[in-house]
Amino acid sequence: MSTNTVTEASAVTLAGVSKVYGRGPTAVQALDKVSLSVAPGEFTCLIGASGCGKSTMLSLVAGLDKPTAGNIAVSGRVAMMFQEPALFPWLTAGANVELALRARGVGRVERRQRTGELLDIVQLGGFGTKRPHELSGGMRQRVALARALAQDADVLLMDEPFGALDAMTRDVLHDELDRITDERNLTVLFVTHNVREAVRLGDRVVVLSSRPGRVLEEFPVAIPAPRRIDSAPVAELAGQITDRLREEMSRHGE
Amino acid sequence: MASNDGPSFSQGTWVADGAAPAGTALAGLDALDLAGRPGGGRGRLALRLWNAFWPKVLAIALVLGIWELITLSGYKKEIFPATGPTLVNLWDQAKTGTLWQALGNTLESAVIGFAVAIVVGTVIGALVSRIYVLRAAVGSLITGLQTMPSIAWVPFAALLFGNNNGAILFLIILGAAPSIANGLITGVDYTSPLLLKAGQMMGLRRLSLWRHLIMPASLPVYVAGLKQGWAFGWRSLMAGELIVLVFNHPTLGELLNNDQSLSDLQSASAIMIVIFIIGIFVDGLFGAADKSIRRRWGLA
Repeated sequence: MSTNTVTEASAVTLAGVSKVYGRGPTAVQALDKVSLSVAPGEFTCLIGASGCGKSTMLSLVAGLDKPTAGNIAVSGRVAMMFQEPALFPWLTAGANVELALRARGVGRVERRQRTGELLDIVQLGGFGTKRPHELSGGMRQRVALARALAQDADVLLMDEPFGALDAMTRDVLHDELDRITDERNLTVLFVTHNVREAVRLGDRVVVLSSRPGRVLEEFPVAIPAPRRIDSAPVAELAGQITDRLREEMSRHGE
Repeated sequence: MASNDGPSFSQGTWVADGAAPAGTALAGLDALDLAGRPGGGRGRLALRLWNAFWPKVLAIALVLGIWELITLSGYKKEIFPATGPTLVNLWDQAKTGTLWQALGNTLESAVIGFAVAIVVGTVIGALVSRIYVLRAAVGSLITGLQTMPSIAWVPFAALLFGNNNGAILFLIILGAAPSIANGLITGVDYTSPLLLKAGQMMGLRRLSLWRHLIMPASLPVYVAGLKQGWAFGWRSLMAGELIVLVFNHPTLGELLNNDQSLSDLQSASAIMIVIFIIGIFVDGLFGAADKSIRRRWGLA
């Protein structure tokens, strides 16, 4: 059984969270009594086979969905990034970012200035007038990141945001994300199915079991930053985590 | 895209403004993706117009050719309108005031009726798409109205409003509004759930969600609904004008009706050409609107 104590110092706390979709014999249990606490400024990666409820967890923390049982506490504002950039195609890159500021009630003059700053932060200064379809996949995710930052959130939820990008583009974006989350002291919950990516980025990697999702094991990442995704220590820890995942999968007979 | 003043997609731009370490600013593999991308069709205006123009000229030539072939074949020679004389007839009618007066009256009805239909259809569509109970009750009713032939409404409208322009406007609105409402409802339904989630995370709620996300997201389907609404409205208008004859108010439909009474197939054909041209012209306007939206979205 999980403990239901909520630590004051944590930015995100899940206490005994369960989620069941549907009812009766066709009901699917996506999460089973998951407890997890993320400290402010901590970068936590969630990893597991498909169907382990990773995305469900993020939806619950984001407040897009409600847990069937258990408690979720989040301190501060939450922003979310998806696997798709989810930019509004009828707006320019700049207007996409600006709309997030507008939704928060930021005034017109300040909006313009902040939009420029945010695009600079994601290395897209001068691309504000382009429409999403005129940008490459990596650039679109940068705009999505700028839009998430525009929400001035304390907690950033990322649902496989780099899953659709090629390895080189992803590497570049890893560096950017490292820099930005450090500068802004963001708390990040990062879902991925790429073990090396998790070790490259995370302060901690949480391995989830599948159907129903439970916290299987947590691996603190003690490798000093900056890390390279292809460095030996990253590969070694990633190997251990992969072994643990394999073990879990074979137990399920998958 | 007409704006040519934005920065170009060259690597140089990147490195120049990149404060990033070791010039790796954007050096993902997908930067290559941009290099080969054309800057969008910025052909010269004259060339673009010509490209849009010549297929239409070809189509007209084709129609005239087939028509002339039928004329030459001698099919129902006594009454079938020959190509040349019909065009001359059209020219002669254009020199009299009646055709222009009729055209003016018909277009006035079309514009007023369609404008009202846009308002009515949009308001109904917006309400039905957002209010669940209304959708269950009214949703299938709208589709029913849409499929009902407008000519079936003519006796109803004529008896209710009498032989005046009100009856004709009623027919246009009834013809156009259901398609417009349905277009909006479908557009709202097809708003991507992912974008809705993103909007929700950004803090868009109710009115702001509607204004900044749902309305622009449904625009393409809404415009398709407008186009269809216009087609239905225009048909209803012609049906109405043919049957509901308003005293001292000549319309294209009434001219057609007169020609039928006088067994003047040539004049009737000339009027039909006018109706046909208006239909094509308005369709072109909607086509241009649709194209501009798709270009902005990156779908064209």
